Amino acid sequence: MAEIRNYTINFGPQHPAAHGVLRLVLELDGEVIVRADPHIGLLHRATEKLAETRTWLQTVPYLDRLDYVSMMCNEHAYVLAVEKLLGVEVPVRAQYIRVMMDEVTRILNHLLNIGTHALDIGAMTMVLYTFREREDLMDVYEAVSGARLHAAYYRPGGVYRDLPDRMPQYEVNKFKNAETVRRLNESRQGSLLDFIEDFTNRFPTYVDEYETLLTDNRIWKQRTVGVGVVSPERALALGFSGPMLRGSGIEWDLRKKQPYEVYDRMEFDVPVGVNGDCYDRYLVRIEEMRQANRIVRQCIDWLRKNPGPVITDNHKVAPPPRESMKASMEELIHHFKLFSEGMHVPPGEAYAAIEHPKGEFGVYAISDGGNKPYRIKLRSPGFAHLAATDELAKGHMIADATAIIGTIDLVLGDTDR
Amino acid sequence: MSARLESLCQNLQNVLGDRIASIKTVVGEVTIEVAAAHYLDTARTLRDHPDLRFEQLIDLTGVDYSAWGDGAWEGPRFAAVCHLTSISKNWRLRLRVFAPDDGFPVLPSVVNLWNSANWYEREAFDLYGIHFEGHPDLRRILSDYGFVGHPFRKDFPISGYVEMRYDPEQRRVVYQPVTIEPREVTPRVIREDSYGGGGHG
Repeated sequence: MAEIRNYTINFGPQHPAAHGVLRLVLELDGEVIVRADPHIGLLHRATEKLAETRTWLQTVPYLDRLDYVSMMCNEHAYVLAVEKLLGVEVPVRAQYIRVMMDEVTRILNHLLNIGTHALDIGAMTMVLYTFREREDLMDVYEAVSGARLHAAYYRPGGVYRDLPDRMPQYEVNKFKNAETVRRLNESRQGSLLDFIEDFTNRFPTYVDEYETLLTDNRIWKQRTVGVGVVSPERALALGFSGPMLRGSGIEWDLRKKQPYEVYDRMEFDVPVGVNGDCYDRYLVRIEEMRQANRIVRQCIDWLRKNPGPVITDNHKVAPPPRESMKASMEELIHHFKLFSEGMHVPPGEAYAAIEHPKGEFGVYAISDGGNKPYRIKLRSPGFAHLAATDELAKGHMIADATAIIGTIDLVLGDTDR
Repeated sequence: MSARLESLCQNLQNVLGDRIASIKTVVGEVTIEVAAAHYLDTARTLRDHPDLRFEQLIDLTGVDYSAWGDGAWEGPRFAAVCHLTSISKNWRLRLRVFAPDDGFPVLPSVVNLWNSANWYEREAFDLYGIHFEGHPDLRRILSDYGFVGHPFRKDFPISGYVEMRYDPEQRRVVYQPVTIEPREVTPRVIREDSYGGGGHG
């Protein structure tokens, strides 16, 4: 009889379902996965080491480039850690803005995840619909920060500037005629908050549409139900967090359990799964989008009624306003010192964690009193989740590897740092 | 300090006793340090004891203290820092352990207690060269195949030692010493405590 040997294949790094540059070495017995060994680091940029050579403020834009589909959440964990070390108070309005933008980011992230996950395992249409909604939210990002992706909007002590009073408008060009432009600009006549409110009115219907496409879809269920099952005990031991942990039935959400900013004033529910498979995690994400929508609406209400400062008036941490810089010598010096030498953070260490769309994103900052961090450690949720690929994929068919990578919500920028 | 943190500190002291080398509570976070010899059994107690129950290892990282405060550091150079979470008690804890030998830092591995430590320890080994005894698969994880050195150590230059380019004559990718000069735009400064009127800044 012929000798039968296991077969080893490379999945990636240039595979469209690898969500970036993941190299997965799969050992196969026929079509069954015996061992999955992810090789990461192809996108390693040593963000933590770079942070040691930049001032505390200069590190903020690097955080956008970690998980490049939920930019502001990354910044959030970093500024929280720095604020903890500095002991500065953040104005309440800035906290509301942060919570609102975090939830906008959560919707952005889950839209991308559900769209591409469905695309990977055969539902081509989903990605077209989810990217339609992402476009509106990207415009929100652009309106507040000037950038669609790498916002650098959160700063230690608050946010860079207040929400704008008007939305940028589309203009007629050779691709868009006057009628199209009028239709596109309809929702953009008011302020940014009006635009987001209009979106939150439309969004629940969109989620219903996604559910019509997927939730009861026979093929979708065949590809996800019972695939990549994690028991609650294993989920804890493997360091899971976020939807991966909640999908296994553990009710653990940092926004509820260890509230930061103004999450304790928000009303929302935390969805949990039952079976801990890919399908449950999909349902958890769908419900999280609806809950995020709810939180955004509460923030809009509050933000409309309560104007105020959006960044701390401690000018050793945040720059003074332009007008006072023109009139006051001291403010000019503050501005100059802040952007040349940078702020000085008292010696100590702090760990700040937030409920990132993917799980717990933590920043462990050590300062020795200098103008640069001594050490920044970024705890990215994707790293722990990807480490469990072997356990999740073992015993499944090779086609399920794609479903498992999709359900982890993998973004290599955040895994490799 | 809140009542919850106080009860955590109390429980830690009751259960671990003199295995704790130091215990500190700063900015609402509890940090304990243990000696490398007690690391493994302390970790087991932290996970299993009914008064502590830290089920989850959320993060493990290496730290190189050799450049601390412009050379003010005395003591061992490398440390491993674990961040633990207790889901049932809603607590967090930081556990620091210093590797006794600076030249060849070795620590026991906690991968059998918390499986999530697997990749975190590989990362600490890759970036800092800390060896974790008992780790089943201590390979490099983030740096390139065939990489030499431990890039996050403080004496490793930010630009590295080698760069890679395509050589048209040999028609392959070659490694060569780096051609860029290290450059520091903003120098690193540590001011005395009272600088700029004290406080933060």
